[in-house]
Amino acid sequence: MQEIRFHGRGGQGTVVASILLAKACFRAGYYVQSFPLFGVERRGAPVEAYLRLDTKKILIRSHVYTPDHVIVQDVNLFQSVDITRGLKPEGWILIDAPALPANLEPFSGFRLALVDATHIAVKNGLGTRTHPLINTAMIGAFARLLDVPPIDMIAEAIQKEVTSRPRPYVQAAQDGYANVHLFGLVNRP
Amino acid sequence: MKQVLEGSHAVSEAVRLARVQVISAYPITPQTHIVEAISAFCADGTMDARFLCVESEHSAMAAVIAAASTGVRAFTATSSHGLAYMHELLHWAAAARLPIVMAEVNRALGPGWNIWMDQTDSLSQRDTGWIQLYCEDGQDVLDTTLMAFRLAEAVHLPVMVVLDAFYLSHTFEPVDVPRQNQVDRFLPPLVPRISLDTAHPRVLNQMAPPGVYMEMRYNIQTAMAQVPRRLTQYQKEFRAIFDRPPGDAVEAVQCEDAEVVLVTSGTISSTCRQVISDLRSRGEKIGMLKIKMFRPFPIALVRRFLGAARKVAVVDRNFSFGASGVFAQELRAALCNLDGHPPVFGYIAGLGGRDVTPDTLVEIYRRTQDCPTPPEESIWIGLNQEVVQSWYN
Repeated sequence: MQEIRFHGRGGQGTVVASILLAKACFRAGYYVQSFPLFGVERRGAPVEAYLRLDTKKILIRSHVYTPDHVIVQDVNLFQSVDITRGLKPEGWILIDAPALPANLEPFSGFRLALVDATHIAVKNGLGTRTHPLINTAMIGAFARLLDVPPIDMIAEAIQKEVTSRPRPYVQAAQDGYANVHLFGLVNRP
Repeated sequence: MKQVLEGSHAVSEAVRLARVQVISAYPITPQTHIVEAISAFCADGTMDARFLCVESEHSAMAAVIAAASTGVRAFTATSSHGLAYMHELLHWAAAARLPIVMAEVNRALGPGWNIWMDQTDSLSQRDTGWIQLYCEDGQDVLDTTLMAFRLAEAVHLPVMVVLDAFYLSHTFEPVDVPRQNQVDRFLPPLVPRISLDTAHPRVLNQMAPPGVYMEMRYNIQTAMAQVPRRLTQYQKEFRAIFDRPPGDAVEAVQCEDAEVVLVTSGTISSTCRQVISDLRSRGEKIGMLKIKMFRPFPIALVRRFLGAARKVAVVDRNFSFGASGVFAQELRAALCNLDGHPPVFGYIAGLGGRDVTPDTLVEIYRRTQDCPTPPEESIWIGLNQEVVQSWYN
């Protein structure tokens, strides 16, 4: 079983990202379980969502404490949230960033991947420059990390879920997949 | 077709497929997604039904009582304070023998204000005459909702389909949503016993003096007593039509040789299956009795599966102040007249949304293993003494 934790802010489509990825993995033949952090959501406030995937029925129904990988939709969350809480050693951390962060210390012992999801979203006309909708670019990029699910399944899931104008969301996922930079293991200093 | 569905929407889909004719509800977290989807079905013509918006849960239950009295299939959903607010009319719905189905998302009662998982809301309605069925996963939610209509209409009693806040209501997982023609075969149109009609006026629910009231109550119990047999019968039909087994009233998992049998309900049962598989692979003798049907309480089945058990550990995600966990009470009452019945350990865990993890269940198993008899009536798991000391005591 793999457990993935999503970090984002209310209004960024973090929960939607977890559901879309769940649906794409399900299309690829996996058992899935996806849920938000149980509580109240406020625009701009930190939010979390979780995804479990397995090749057999998922029985465990408690929270996710030790994720295999994390997806971070806003790198500024590193200042206020313990992003690597419980993250398994050498787990992937996928961030939205145009270039490698100057300080790699928070990532040490984990594998880092980055994608300029904000740029991809703006280029595809998703949201605005100050409030880009990056979630599909992020899950497209994530598909490269594990080779799961196939990017076509993500495209299909978006096509089905986004009822109006799905095309740019699909394109953003494909752009994320094509442009993610797999930096890999960040050594401890 | 199998699709990834939120637990709340598994209820909504079942209500759509059951061709419910009247829905009335008032929103409350964490139930709201259920009626949100149903109201969309009513608005866009997916469902040929009336959605009655009301100003409170008390009125929502009054509206479905009225609707059911005219002989139509009626549904509502609520949680926590909403359910408590309906309390008076819950008695009414049952005693008027109306086959109403309600989805009840288990949520704690305040204060302190808490929107999370806790069974005390539904269990405190245990004496209202409603059948209560607890769900384990998303598929179980959909299947139980369909079964609820069938049962309700067979015995003329209302049914509460109970699901865990968030662990079910807000969790997405694969659910097989049946086709309309399958559901139509399983659930034929309602044949009402009572049907108010302005063309043929009549009066319902008049004064019932001492000479008849007791017999009316006896008849409610007679109807309740029919439920296990009916459930077994409909399970067979369900399986033939949908090609999967619906949940049993009670399910015994590896109880035969178990040193400790955990008694569970709701999603804890699912987590417990994982724990059983992990501990059994290491040679530990753990079993589980999952209770799905809380009303009528499955006394005969409990006696059959637990009568010869060595130790029983009840996991209660609820509490009855001044007594103990509610499942523990019921279980003790069911076993007390059996010679040589096992000791019943009562554990309180996961109140107000506190997580019940595999480790929580392993701790309960170990503590039961280590004690020959229960050290106290209720054993509270994971209490933070600092918080205990800082509050009223």
